[in-house]
Amino acid sequence: MRIVVVGAGPAGMAAARTAADAGASVVMVDSEPEAGGQYLRGRARFGHAGVTHLKNTEAWLVEGDVLHVRRTDLPRDETSRLADSGWDGALDRERLSQDETSRLAPGPRRLRFDALIIATGAYDRPLPFPGWDGPGVITAGAAQALAKQGVTLAERVVVTGTGPFLLPVATALQDLGATLVGVYEASSPTRWLREARAITANRHKIGELARYRKVLPRLETRSAVIAKHGDRVTVAKLDGQWRPVSHRTVQADLVCIGYGFLPRTDLLPDARRTGDFYDVDERQRTSVENVYAAGEVTGIGGADLAEAEGVIAGAAAAGQDPPAKAVEAVRRGRLFAQALARAHAVQPGWQTWLDPDTTVCRCEKVRLEDLTDAVSMRELKLSSRVAMGRCQGRICGRNAADLTGVPFDGQRRVIAVPIPLGELAALPEEKS
Amino acid sequence: MQPDVVVMGAGIIGAACAQALKARGLGVLVVDRHGPASGTSAAGEGNVLVSDKEPGPELGLALASRDLWPELAEDAEWEEKGGLVVATTSGAVVPLQAFAAAQRAAGVDACEITAADALAREPHLNPEITAAVHYLQDAQLNPVKATRTLLRGIEVRRTEVSKTDGRSVMTADGVISCGAVVNATGPWAGNFGVNVLPRRGVVLVTTPIPGTIRHKVYDADYVGAVASGDADLQTSGVVESTQAGTVLIGSSRQRKGFDDTIETKVLKALARKAIAMFPMLSDVPVMRAYGGFRPYAPDHLPIIGEDPRTPGLWHATGHEGAGVGLAPATGRLLAQLFTGEDPLVDPRPFRVDRPEVMV
Repeated sequence: MRIVVVGAGPAGMAAARTAADAGASVVMVDSEPEAGGQYLRGRARFGHAGVTHLKNTEAWLVEGDVLHVRRTDLPRDETSRLADSGWDGALDRERLSQDETSRLAPGPRRLRFDALIIATGAYDRPLPFPGWDGPGVITAGAAQALAKQGVTLAERVVVTGTGPFLLPVATALQDLGATLVGVYEASSPTRWLREARAITANRHKIGELARYRKVLPRLETRSAVIAKHGDRVTVAKLDGQWRPVSHRTVQADLVCIGYGFLPRTDLLPDARRTGDFYDVDERQRTSVENVYAAGEVTGIGGADLAEAEGVIAGAAAAGQDPPAKAVEAVRRGRLFAQALARAHAVQPGWQTWLDPDTTVCRCEKVRLEDLTDAVSMRELKLSSRVAMGRCQGRICGRNAADLTGVPFDGQRRVIAVPIPLGELAALPEEKS
Repeated sequence: MQPDVVVMGAGIIGAACAQALKARGLGVLVVDRHGPASGTSAAGEGNVLVSDKEPGPELGLALASRDLWPELAEDAEWEEKGGLVVATTSGAVVPLQAFAAAQRAAGVDACEITAADALAREPHLNPEITAAVHYLQDAQLNPVKATRTLLRGIEVRRTEVSKTDGRSVMTADGVISCGAVVNATGPWAGNFGVNVLPRRGVVLVTTPIPGTIRHKVYDADYVGAVASGDADLQTSGVVESTQAGTVLIGSSRQRKGFDDTIETKVLKALARKAIAMFPMLSDVPVMRAYGGFRPYAPDHLPIIGEDPRTPGLWHATGHEGAGVGLAPATGRLLAQLFTGEDPLVDPRPFRVDRPEVMV
């Protein structure tokens, strides 16, 4: 039984461990040099005798029972040397020691699987405002990644967005020496008063807030950064629909934006989904045969839920019944996830923050006034070039759909990461 | 008010028909299940080519279309970039030159140039090429913008047609009565009584490298692939850039129904052929791939005219991979036949009652 796991965050690591414990031969693929994902990067230590961890390896296409991956970190002459040694790229744990896999050559490789588990996580959704495409504006996730690298920031920073993720980001920035000017949460905290059931089932989450007590005095709710000009930032008080009702200017060098998350669901363009998230059954099965999904790709709910889903996916993929404890953790976690989605839903008033010449798509420099009256995402893209650039709409696609009212068609990208033409030309021949 | 004509399909062909009919004073309603240019039209490169057509009725239609496009393609990134067809083997030299000579006799601007001239025009071209022909008339446009331009001032209703009797169309939202119906549903035209089938194609798109590739450049074996009816995968190197600086890489042809799965064997074949022509592309990242379905008739000619079995039902389809290039003349021809004007080209080769078409 060969199981391939994509992603080495909380969901992927749990899936890989569980499947290996059940006796499956497991390969875990991740694009980063270390396991942990966005949440635990640099803090996770992954090691399991039954799991081959392929680091610096991007998954770019699922084709039948084959996952196509590419190694990104080794120089090219290494490729030819390994090719000369007769390495055919078909990964086989029986033949390949851990040591050898660490020297896996760059370039494209095929991983055949009996079951595939997608645990590719999510990335931040920014909302545009005048000046967001200028210097000194980054996503909250990028800020956190900087923090994990230990970069020192002697700057005045503000964090703006919605959702509990803003607090650890602000804390991390403050720990790096930055002057935290404000944390602006666009939603109203009273929305959580309607979510008693989710809170009762997830009391430990309330406890987690204590970790961020240093930044709580800087937290302002129903507020957002709605413009940045140089080091002057406009902070608005918002109504329930996120329309500005008053505003003031603060000084800040760096603005970190995070309006929730968008799932990284490129690998299965044809899987059934709701919104952008994969639909999964009680065993984490997607609509694609032999393919499971776990973690933020099925809904945003945090690391605990992701890990529990990973356990279920790993067990199910290996042909075992999911442990009752994980099933209960998923039940509770999803209550929280649903409450989170309701309490921190992006409200349409953000669209009033833009001027006609505000950039919507940074890659292709498409402004609000350039967006056409298209009826489909495809027509919108090809007539305005929005979402056609390097990021392939990961940053702007959803916002452009909201701004124009066209239905958001999810993330139907058949090639999940940019891949040099020469690597496509060198793809290994299919072997059956 | 009841429209004179309902055009089924808001792709480039439906839009061109609607535009030509409206220009003749007819009341036109366009219906499409997804909206303008949502199918085949947006899945190609926006080519307006004469270079890939052998002398015959389709070349005549292409030349007529080429004359009409510039004034219709306003705001559609119209670019008279020219085509460069290159032979990559010694065996391909003579057939390419003979093909070009025959085209010249039929009115195509086809200039044989030396390999050195070709390299001067395309500095990144593989110096190993054996012959080249420069086609001055080949052009490119943005097919979605062109479709939108043609549809200006014409109502497009989003609904799916289930059937038609030539005097009305039955849609998901009720029956629309009209004077006549045009079937411009491309690869789906077979639902309305003509033998049109889908032929799959895939295009790779690179990250922007503006100014690197200037013409539409393709391998001389492309013409053979276009004319072939073989179901197996056929690929040929076709490389060009867009105004955004991205490079589009084609072309593949496969008959596999409406299966839209992307296969790595297709990606690999396209990549190899593109690199054979432009070695520098090897390091350029592909950021997306997209695919679509070309509508083809078994005899590889477009179908333009009234259906003798169903008075009032007209067809304009079967343009295979050349619909963008052939659209204006198709629209005009259909409208001329509809109103009884003298046609701009001989309509008989495109008539509906060909044995391969009426099944």
